[in-house]
Amino acid sequence: MNPNQHFAFLDEGSKKEIRRASLKAVAIPGYQVPFASREMPIARGWGTGGLQLTLSLIGKEDVLKVIDQGSDESVNAVSIKKLVQSTTDVELTEQTEAATIIQSRHRIPEIPLTKEQILVLQVPMPEPLRHYEKKEQETKKLHAENEYSGVWLMLFEQIMKFGKTATQADHPVFVNDRYVMAPSPIPRFDNPKLHDSEALILLGAGREKKIYAVPPHTDVASLAFEDYPFTVEDFSGECCHLCGATDVFLDELIDEESGQTIFQCNDTSYCIARLNQQERKEVELADV
Amino acid sequence: MYEQPILQVKHLNKQFGSGCRHCTNAAQANLIKNYCPKCGTIYACRNVSFDVYPGEILGIVGESGSGKSTVMHCLYFDKEVTAGEVYLHDPEFEGLNLLTISSQKKRYVRNHKYGMVYQNPVKGLKMNFSSIGNIAEKLIAAGNRNVTAMQRIGQDLLETVHIPLFRMKEAPGNFSGGMQQRVQIAKALSNQPPILFLDEVTTGLDLSVQAAVIDLIKLIQRELQISMIVVSHDLAVIRMLADRTLVMLNGEVIEQGLTDQILEDPAHSYTQQLVYSML
Repeated sequence: MNPNQHFAFLDEGSKKEIRRASLKAVAIPGYQVPFASREMPIARGWGTGGLQLTLSLIGKEDVLKVIDQGSDESVNAVSIKKLVQSTTDVELTEQTEAATIIQSRHRIPEIPLTKEQILVLQVPMPEPLRHYEKKEQETKKLHAENEYSGVWLMLFEQIMKFGKTATQADHPVFVNDRYVMAPSPIPRFDNPKLHDSEALILLGAGREKKIYAVPPHTDVASLAFEDYPFTVEDFSGECCHLCGATDVFLDELIDEESGQTIFQCNDTSYCIARLNQQERKEVELADV
Repeated sequence: MYEQPILQVKHLNKQFGSGCRHCTNAAQANLIKNYCPKCGTIYACRNVSFDVYPGEILGIVGESGSGKSTVMHCLYFDKEVTAGEVYLHDPEFEGLNLLTISSQKKRYVRNHKYGMVYQNPVKGLKMNFSSIGNIAEKLIAAGNRNVTAMQRIGQDLLETVHIPLFRMKEAPGNFSGGMQQRVQIAKALSNQPPILFLDEVTTGLDLSVQAAVIDLIKLIQRELQISMIVVSHDLAVIRMLADRTLVMLNGEVIEQGLTDQILEDPAHSYTQQLVYSML
């Protein structure tokens, strides 16, 4: 840790402001609280919202995990981890269970979160109505007046065009029977994990200067029409070619040598944990 | 036994500008038409009162700038009024001045009780969404969450307004002005609101389409008993549609009564001029 640097990079006034916005966000689930997004040493749109939340929350005894689309080792995740560690000296981990703060881009880990944990999601576009209405002034009014026909209309248009709702990620959700919220571009597969979550989920959009939250045990429903129910991505019949997991979100890859399609766990730490466990079992059996 | 009006408008006032000591006192105000030359305030609606009865079509005529559209925009909550009261005869809103309820409630009234056809389709339609989607938007706003049902209603309405069904997934932006106007009418009718506002619906349509639209409006009035307020500067349209008519000039209602009576025996000099100017 650099002794000349302030703990957790941000000054105390900034952290206080971000925490205050987070508290308001927790008090009004799904409501986008504006905050003064700071200049960070990474570019806006690269996770500055999540990073500011993490830095405002982190304490010396915290254990941090950062994932980028399920991966612990991607450049973005590693740079964020380095920055946080160089300014706080906190312990880093790749194990989901061991972490107290998990900052994530576009995934919720496969292992269920606990009430001791906080999940921080990076959000590029916090406004679910933006495609329907360009003006912030107007979307604020629509939220205030509980007028969400625009979001429904977008889903309706997708059904008209493609015969089904075609949101691959960022499928809008209805939080606590009041606000429609963009869950950040997590796959639809992760949407059900938001509902009645044990952990606090905070979402930060640095470029758009918004913080919002899903507190533990909040009702979160994915929007769906009566005759077109919400579905998650379907991986039936497929499994991870490394660890054999079936009930997880899989990446579709093409094996360059054989040209065949293979599937692999998107959550790398989950995959490695399973592989280690399998190996341990094999060793135990061999010992006997 | 008197019928109860479905919509009552009392002393509606709308001004643009704050007014000054030369114009605030209506009795001795020195206005040029409805404009105060001292402070630049425009008195768009002055003390407009009227009732609309169930199943009735009320016409509003007047020259450009006489405040017809402003009345509509005020009733539809597009513009804030300066003063006035509006009452809707409806179990949910009985005795409530609609102009003072919360914006959430206003939105509810707009979505569930009102339908609006704007003079300019750009205001009433989302030009880059499909036509069927535009109709569905109104239905969704009124609480419908069934795609199949909404699609069926939308198709029926598009057929009624003579839009070929193979174009229903096209955006109204690609349509001609007349077709856009008809999509807008279909949208306003989709959830069969008890009150419909029609602002210059036939302006800019060619004559055959104009006739079809007027037929359609007559038909829905007869079949669905929807009350309508029709704003037009075209007396022929008013004669065809309206049971009763208000004549507006410079923001004021100068004459009102049965349409036939106004057209055959106009009392006010402006109305006389208007009627005798009719080709």
